[in-house]
Amino acid sequence: MKNRQHLGHHLVHPEKGMANRFGYLGLVLAAFALMLLGKADVVVMERVRASVTDAVAPVLEVLSRPVATFDRLVDEANALSSLREENARLREENQRLIHWQAAARKLASENQQIKGLLNFAPGAEPGFISGRVIADTGGAFVHSILVNAGVRDGVAKGQAVITGDGLVGRVHGVGTRAGRVLLITDLNSRIPVVVEATRTRAVLAGDNSERPRLIHLPPGATVSIGDRIVTSGHGGAFPPGIPVGVVAHATEGGVTVKPYVHRDRLEYVRVVDYGLQGILDATSAAEGAGVSK
Amino acid sequence: MKLTFWQRLDLIVRSVTPFFLTLVLVVLGQVPLHIPGFAEVAPLLPLMAVYHWAIYRPDLLPAIAVFFAGLLQDALSGMPFGVNAAVFVVVHMVVMSQQVFFTGKSFLIIWLGFSMVAAGATVLMWLLTAMFFSAFTTLDTAFVQYLVTVGVFPLLAWLQVRWQQSVLSQV
Repeated sequence: MKNRQHLGHHLVHPEKGMANRFGYLGLVLAAFALMLLGKADVVVMERVRASVTDAVAPVLEVLSRPVATFDRLVDEANALSSLREENARLREENQRLIHWQAAARKLASENQQIKGLLNFAPGAEPGFISGRVIADTGGAFVHSILVNAGVRDGVAKGQAVITGDGLVGRVHGVGTRAGRVLLITDLNSRIPVVVEATRTRAVLAGDNSERPRLIHLPPGATVSIGDRIVTSGHGGAFPPGIPVGVVAHATEGGVTVKPYVHRDRLEYVRVVDYGLQGILDATSAAEGAGVSK
Repeated sequence: MKLTFWQRLDLIVRSVTPFFLTLVLVVLGQVPLHIPGFAEVAPLLPLMAVYHWAIYRPDLLPAIAVFFAGLLQDALSGMPFGVNAAVFVVVHMVVMSQQVFFTGKSFLIIWLGFSMVAAGATVLMWLLTAMFFSAFTTLDTAFVQYLVTVGVFPLLAWLQVRWQQSVLSQV
């Protein structure tokens, strides 16, 4: 039996090799065709991606839970060991914050009065949708995360995603129960920002490294290390004033920004619905995919 | 010897496990581990499965299965559709063409082979994404990811060999 199989294997080999080669060629061509299609018709591919993600989301949700629990246990053990110092630090911080609270109260009432004087029309109140990070994907070439909130929770493409620390990214694709968030460090991320102190406008461009760069700075603008960068709200994609990061390097060659949000610490995020119309409708997203420097 | 229905079913279920395990590795690779700096350099787990089964049991993980595993990887990771599919198929093809070389070789040689295949795969992936986005990124993180991938390989290879010896011994 074994012998016959062996013999058969040898006899069939040449034709099988040919067939194999055609098979491989076909599959590689199919892969390239998909890439071209992905370039040409973003909408369809994103829909396919969203439905695949939706199908796998429950599995990822279950898988990501024990990891998160373990992570929390480690954190708690760490916290126990430094309870004393932490307590002292918090007391001190509390003192300081009470002062700030008083200042904020005073400013708030003052603000209220002045707004009353000016007949100021307040902007829409933002709505928040909380989601848990169920996948941290992409490896070295794409920086994105999946959250377990989708269309059924009110998430829509183009919305800003934040944590208590600052801006995480924007919703890039959304399925029924899961949404993909493009992080600000991704190659395709472009966020209109301002330097908080000087109000210098710029665009924060990700390049798949940990430090996105400031581009389109006006000529002669000075940016120094430690400057806070916040969203500008230009282009209508994001509300203004969300903290993004601080300037880490500022040289002739370029300005890089250290984001406030750490990718590895993302566990729960908030999708912010400010009722603004995102700039990322289908057509501009298609152009966005091909953005070069 | 004639097999009963259940025996045949058992064989079929066993023989699809390599494909199923490859898909599991694709999904496992997406789970957030909350380790600083790890997400960018997380090992390419499915690549190891593609390599392993192409050497030992190509009949159980044919090129078409590898192609679909690549598509799932693309869909979940947010990479352009077709990039991982192309990379996995090319890896499968390269390993299959070296089948004679790999048979009966020691683990060190298999590992060395993987380090070369993974290097090629990383560069190919980088080239394809660069072409797709028409922007070249630095290869630094990709290089670290490559090192992590090669480093994790022995563990996964051992698990897969165990699986092959226990579950697939009769298939």
